Amino acid sequence: MRTYHQSTRRDLNCLKSDMVIKGRSGLGKSTFVNTLFKATVARRKSGEEEPLPSTTEVKTVSSSLSEGGVRLNLTITDTPGFGDHINNENCWEPIVSYIEAQYGRYLQEEQKVDRLLHIPDTRIHCCVYFIPPTGHSLSSLDVEVLQRLDKIVNVVPVVAKADTLTLEERAAFKERIRADLSDHAIKVYPLQEYEDLDDAPENMKIRERLPFAVVGSTTWHEIHGKKLLGRRSNWGLVEVENKSHNDFAYMRDMLIRTHMQDLIGSTAERHYENFRRARLSTKTTSKVNIVNGQDTDHMEDLNESKI
Amino acid sequence: MAAVAVERPPSPSSSHASGIGDGTSREGSIPSSTSARSVSSPVFTSLSPDLHLGDWYIDQIDEKIRTLKLSGHVGFDSLPDQLVAKSTQNGFTFNILCIGETGMGKSTLMDTLFNTSFESNPAPHTLPAVKLKSHTYELQESNVRLKLTIVDTVGYGDQINKGDSFTAIVDYIDKQFDDYLQEELKIKRSLSAYHDSRIHACLYFICPTGHGLKSIDLVCMKKLDSKVNVIPVIAKADTISKSELTKFKQRIIQEIKANGIQIYQFPTDDDTMAKVNTEMNNQIPFAVVGSTDFVRVGNKMLRARQYPWGTVQVENESHCDFTKLREMLIRTNMEDMREVTHQRHYELYRKKILETMGFSDVGQDNQPVSFQQTFEQKRVEHREELQRKEDEMRQTFVLRVKEKETELKEVEKELYTKYDTLKREHAEEKKRYEDLKKRLDEEKAEFQKRKHQVATQQLTSHTLTLGKTKKK
Repeated sequence: MRTYHQSTRRDLNCLKSDMVIKGRSGLGKSTFVNTLFKATVARRKSGEEEPLPSTTEVKTVSSSLSEGGVRLNLTITDTPGFGDHINNENCWEPIVSYIEAQYGRYLQEEQKVDRLLHIPDTRIHCCVYFIPPTGHSLSSLDVEVLQRLDKIVNVVPVVAKADTLTLEERAAFKERIRADLSDHAIKVYPLQEYEDLDDAPENMKIRERLPFAVVGSTTWHEIHGKKLLGRRSNWGLVEVENKSHNDFAYMRDMLIRTHMQDLIGSTAERHYENFRRARLSTKTTSKVNIVNGQDTDHMEDLNESKI
Repeated sequence: MAAVAVERPPSPSSSHASGIGDGTSREGSIPSSTSARSVSSPVFTSLSPDLHLGDWYIDQIDEKIRTLKLSGHVGFDSLPDQLVAKSTQNGFTFNILCIGETGMGKSTLMDTLFNTSFESNPAPHTLPAVKLKSHTYELQESNVRLKLTIVDTVGYGDQINKGDSFTAIVDYIDKQFDDYLQEELKIKRSLSAYHDSRIHACLYFICPTGHGLKSIDLVCMKKLDSKVNVIPVIAKADTISKSELTKFKQRIIQEIKANGIQIYQFPTDDDTMAKVNTEMNNQIPFAVVGSTDFVRVGNKMLRARQYPWGTVQVENESHCDFTKLREMLIRTNMEDMREVTHQRHYELYRKKILETMGFSDVGQDNQPVSFQQTFEQKRVEHREELQRKEDEMRQTFVLRVKEKETELKEVEKELYTKYDTLKREHAEEKKRYEDLKKRLDEEKAEFQKRKHQVATQQLTSHTLTLGKTKKK
């Protein structure tokens, strides 16, 4: 399989995957990321050493992982301070600005006359949104933020620390969250409108399971001679990889094993193109005549000016 | 910001490395492929939260990328499979341009290469100018779809004056680049659905004279080498004997080098293909024979050309280089040719076009200028220019109107004076006539008076005479 080999060599050496992890502090975001990629990608703060930042900050960490000849440059962006204050108005703005700034940076490089062959791709491919396991429904802050985010990035909602809910509570909670999402017209990944027919049944199954209820852990325990990742308590052991205990395995499969390429592709094709169109249209509002639904393109204007 | 990870040699630290530093202790033993993490503390960078939307010039973030070892199977080694599945679903495009004189065997070679019959009619020899004909075919093999476009030059080398032969070809190639550039610059664009018509490979058919390249060959290849991947091929190679062939190939390579023509070299940076590709690079140009006829050789039907003195088998390595060409063109380096076309030739074209239009990455003060700004500037200038022209025209118009007005006024005045003089003359004449009339009337009156007088005189004289007669 020559293409296989070539793609391993070339494209994936430059393959970047960017993820934004959002949620209030203490929800287990860093542990989750470490469990997902089986490496200490994100460093957890031990205790409350630093005071809470007064505005939401955006912190990125880049790592390079290698498996089976495939190298992945992973960038995780964390948002400490999100939703932690008394007045949380506009706490999403730094995040939205950050995401759009990445698109802007790519657009700028793409438009240069003398541009690089492989434009460094810092665009966010996936945003994992952590919902606190209250058991009730989406909070108004969550709704506000999700409404703004789903238009610019692929959002995957996740119920954090799912071991605080029993299975029935979990099912009911998920139902209510799904109802909330559809009430507010929030479109989460995988998007229904853009999928191919072959992926439809798979995506339906994924959507039925949304939001994923996950438990993260980086501690290994030994049970009956087997080594398992999990959280041990007095009444039992919550296994991370056990599909009947939580949805971590499903989420990991979707995120990494089946949909990673699609996440990257849909960011480049849909969200970036939407951003680019909006960005270029605002600059040329006076020249935009909607003729047959198409905007006049740059080259015509340039040719005009040459005459 | 480089997306390349920095590889550092793993330091042999123990699995309970305190360098991990997050305070977790691992219970039990960890599988041995993990643990050693060898890098100095990463730099946490935080972006200021007031990056507003119009801010293009974000400073370079200095991130040190850490290389981590995995403690288990994560699963992203399936990424190549995902990529392949996606690409196979979309299908591939490949565009070949065949340049060669009429009767070189271009169409036959295409039929042989792709093992189908494309059904193209042989061209006449009498065309006045070089034209390009392109046909698109959809081929499918296993579950891979290929949209193949073959562009043929018709009438190449048939004219008496061949000076303009290559302009049609260069224009065609440029037009394909231009179409792609237009699509890329559009506001509402759909690059993934766009049918890429840029030429990925150009097969140049060399006449098997045995002596060397013709001057039209050199000129044409020189013009094309920076626009497309040129692969020279010796056509109808069964007319040359083996020894003549090696000499011929050497001559050709010499002439190509002497003229500084850069033909396409198969990539030698990939370890697996490097050896094969370097060997093949030394065999360029390939001497090929094409055939659409099948001949029974032994107990198989092979593509071959049958002569009374023997049969030339197309797929036989010792007879001709066809299999090598097919191997290199299709089976090994198709993807590389597409990449080179996109990354080198297209980028060169794009840079040139944008520069001639006045765009550059660096503004007047050597500040980086974005495309958007330059475009805005140009538009503003253009608008101002238009405004200025409009004002000028308006002014000239006003002037003209004024002139015309004054002219008309003068004419009007003249008319009035004329009218006045005429009226006066009229009045004078009238008076004169009236005088005359009065005088006439007076004369008439006098005449009447005198007549009357005479009449009465006569009467009185008559009465006198009358009285006299009565008295008797």
